Amino acid sequence: MHVPDGFFTPAVSLSAGVVAAAGVAVALRGARRELDDRTAPMAGLVAAFVFAVQMLNFPVAAGTSGHLLGGALAAILVGPYTAVLCIAVVLLVQGFFFADGGLTALGVNITLMGIVSVLVAWGVFRLITRSARGRGAVVAASFAAALLSVPATALTFTLLFWLGGTAPVSVGTVAAAMGGVHTLIGIGEGLITAVTVSTVLAVRPDLVYGARGLAAPLVLRGPGGEEREAGAAGDAGDAGDTVAVPAQATSRRRLGWFAPAAIALTAVLAGGVSFYASASPDGLERVAEDKGFADRATDHALGDQPLADYGEQGGLPVGVAGLIGAGVTLAVGGGLFAAVRRRTREGVAA
Amino acid sequence: MSAGTGAGTGTVPSLEVSRLAYAYPDGTQALFGVDLRLERGERVALLGPNGAGKTTLVMHLNGILTAGHGTVTVAGLPVGRDSLMEIRRRVGLVFQDPDDQLFMPTVREDVAFGPANMGVRGAELERRVVTALERVGMLQTADRPPHHLSFGQRRRVAVATVLAMEPEILVLDEPSSNLDPASRRELAEILRGLDVTVLMVTHDLPYALELCERSLILSGGVIVADGPTREILADPELLAAHRLELPYGFAIPGGAGAGRAGAGGAGDM
Amino acid sequence: MGAGHHHRLHLSGDSLVHRLPPQCKLAAVVCFALVVVATPREWFGLFAGYGALLAAVAVIARIPPGFLLRRMAVEVPFVVFAVALPFVGSGERTPFLGLSLSVAGLWAAWNILVKATLGVLASVLLAATTEPRMILLGAQRLRLPSLLVQIAMFMLRYLDVILAEMRRMRVARESRGFAARDVRHIPVIARSAGALFIRSYERGERVHLAMLSRGYTGSMPVLADPSASSRQWLAAGMLPGVALVALLGVWGLA
Ligand SMILES: Nc1ncnc2c1ncn2[C@@H]1O[C@H](COP(=O)(O)OP(=O)(O)O)[C@@H](O)[C@H]1O
Ligand SMILES: [Mg+2]
Repeated sequence: MHVPDGFFTPAVSLSAGVVAAAGVAVALRGARRELDDRTAPMAGLVAAFVFAVQMLNFPVAAGTSGHLLGGALAAILVGPYTAVLCIAVVLLVQGFFFADGGLTALGVNITLMGIVSVLVAWGVFRLITRSARGRGAVVAASFAAALLSVPATALTFTLLFWLGGTAPVSVGTVAAAMGGVHTLIGIGEGLITAVTVSTVLAVRPDLVYGARGLAAPLVLRGPGGEEREAGAAGDAGDAGDTVAVPAQATSRRRLGWFAPAAIALTAVLAGGVSFYASASPDGLERVAEDKGFADRATDHALGDQPLADYGEQGGLPVGVAGLIGAGVTLAVGGGLFAAVRRRTREGVAA
Repeated sequence: MSAGTGAGTGTVPSLEVSRLAYAYPDGTQALFGVDLRLERGERVALLGPNGAGKTTLVMHLNGILTAGHGTVTVAGLPVGRDSLMEIRRRVGLVFQDPDDQLFMPTVREDVAFGPANMGVRGAELERRVVTALERVGMLQTADRPPHHLSFGQRRRVAVATVLAMEPEILVLDEPSSNLDPASRRELAEILRGLDVTVLMVTHDLPYALELCERSLILSGGVIVADGPTREILADPELLAAHRLELPYGFAIPGGAGAGRAGAGGAGDM
Repeated sequence: MGAGHHHRLHLSGDSLVHRLPPQCKLAAVVCFALVVVATPREWFGLFAGYGALLAAVAVIARIPPGFLLRRMAVEVPFVVFAVALPFVGSGERTPFLGLSLSVAGLWAAWNILVKATLGVLASVLLAATTEPRMILLGAQRLRLPSLLVQIAMFMLRYLDVILAEMRRMRVARESRGFAARDVRHIPVIARSAGALFIRSYERGERVHLAMLSRGYTGSMPVLADPSASSRQWLAAGMLPGVALVALLGVWGLA
């Protein structure tokens, strides 16, 4: 699904870039709470793992290439914020070190594979684990989350293609091809995610963010071998560390819902605004008609501006509209995030 | 209860651990209330069978693992979140596997990593690197990649990476494991030449006898014995109860004085 | 930890391009890609000019053409896609060698192919002339959030471990007569994925603990400071600069 340079119109690439930047900024703030000095390498490992998993490539007939995405696995292992960062890093490294995915398409790629897939996966995962507890539920939720996140990402790709793909292929064809293949890929992704999560859960449950629980109390042994629980009266030691964990976890859980919702709204808004800006009367058939080069060759030089690829809609150059849309998106997203943070903090304090 | 040699009782101990308990995140509890005290300049062996919790204890000494219960104090400074940097400067940890410890592209960069993290730069950094490598006799390998060295050489470089931080306490986790006899002897000479507090984790009993006057036995996550190495090794029941064995045919050298073990012991002053 | 796979990306050398500070090269490549993408697809001459610019960089950096071609392989999926476009594309059609091709499809194929190729070439040149850890240092210099740089650093380190473990596990599987051919083998692959994850993590975790114990707090100490002089910025800026001037020039004439 790695989009190369020149695949989407500059307006879509730019808007997606702004969405991606906003998403990563939100994730950076959120991840400060998910990450400590010990989990940074964990995030690196998840990123490397996702990278490896993404190397299993399937050609997709009328789309681009299809492969496992890894967003669900990342979200469940390191939490949604850190997951967005992991995938963003994977895409950055792929773009700069391996030339996989265009540098100007980084925004599109991060939005699709980083934000959308992580968001959908984490949403599904939390939905299931909220109603059912235990190791089995976590594994089942991992499967469902991964399974659904892939076609959802493919559909978002199709949506972007509809908004500003440069290839004159009907959206129906793209939707069918991408959707079909990615449903299959979703099954593979679901299996790999579920089995990986269940293996890690069995051996190192501390490494699974989505399954944080209470630690058992510590036991002290006396010289004669007699045992008693730590933290009882008279002990000088501090047991604060283990007690603090559940409290932190609850505040995380609350935020865990707000922030993805904020990103989702941002993405929807961005999509909506860009769409209204670029929608021609014949919507779906725009690509098919593609007046393209014939008109443009004789157009005013300004009509050939990179950011005005589609000419004008209702007197407003689409590129400018895209920029405005992106700006609005950023403002709304940022405002929402600030509001959410304030509310969460009050909620926790109360 | 401490059988520590020399140092006066009024001074601050180099290392003090009290009621330390710890469980790994998967629920395995490894330490069940460890108490120990090292005086400045002492060289002490920490003996114990596999799985006794030796490595887990060592990881607490410079704050890599955070005590679930109890405290660790280094020269009067308690190990805690805000004292981590200073603690890591004071306590140098040599890991069991040198491959875990060496990760930079060249020996020089690896040795410079620790002091550079402490903010040392320029000529002073270069001096530290050269001094540390000279002390372990590895200066000629400075520009080679660590993974091209032999195992014994890598262990020596690992010691140098820690010495370059000029620690007050040197903690070594099984330093003699996987070394051939010559490398083992060379390492012993290096350790004997240092004038810092040394805690050496090992189940190599002759090595403990050779280098340390005092030994502790950690078993089942608690300290079960503490005394002069010679006495501890002379107690076959104690050793057997904690799965420790002297090599076949090894006899504790008799006679007064502490054999070679006493030479250069800085604890005497 | 081994650096085997880095070597496949990086060609060490001592050319002008190799010596440029990483942050200059990073910025130059990104700007160049922007200029390429912003170029209207029917300005053929400009694309030839961009290609010539990259070729000049490759010559200065003494990167053999064979290496570049091999590294271009990542582009293959898109080539396949682009070749299909004139056939599946809609709209006005034109006969060509007895085939009926979509005009819009041809344009789209050309657009994607040329821009993707130039973008890939630029990134390949960057990776070939810059050590991975220098690229990360450059990213740090360009104010990329340190958390991202740190994750990327660990990722590159783990990548070696994972790829090596993957190879070992595949050999172990295949030596016992297993070869992944279709979907029914997914569970086997999935189970090894879990084991792979744990194995790699625990290896990397020990290294990380060793780093922490030597005072590591999240960023590598910068020993060789790659600060860039304005002359170096100027040199690196030549690539996007010349491209941009050409683009604006043609635009002005149009
Ligand atoms: N990362 C870990 N997770 C869970 N349990 C561990 C981990 N590391 C060690 N243990 C357990 O803790 C106990 C003590 O281990 P360790 O300190 O490594 O022993 P030693 O170094 O004395 O051989 C053992 O039972 C071991 O299985
Ligand atoms: Mg051990």
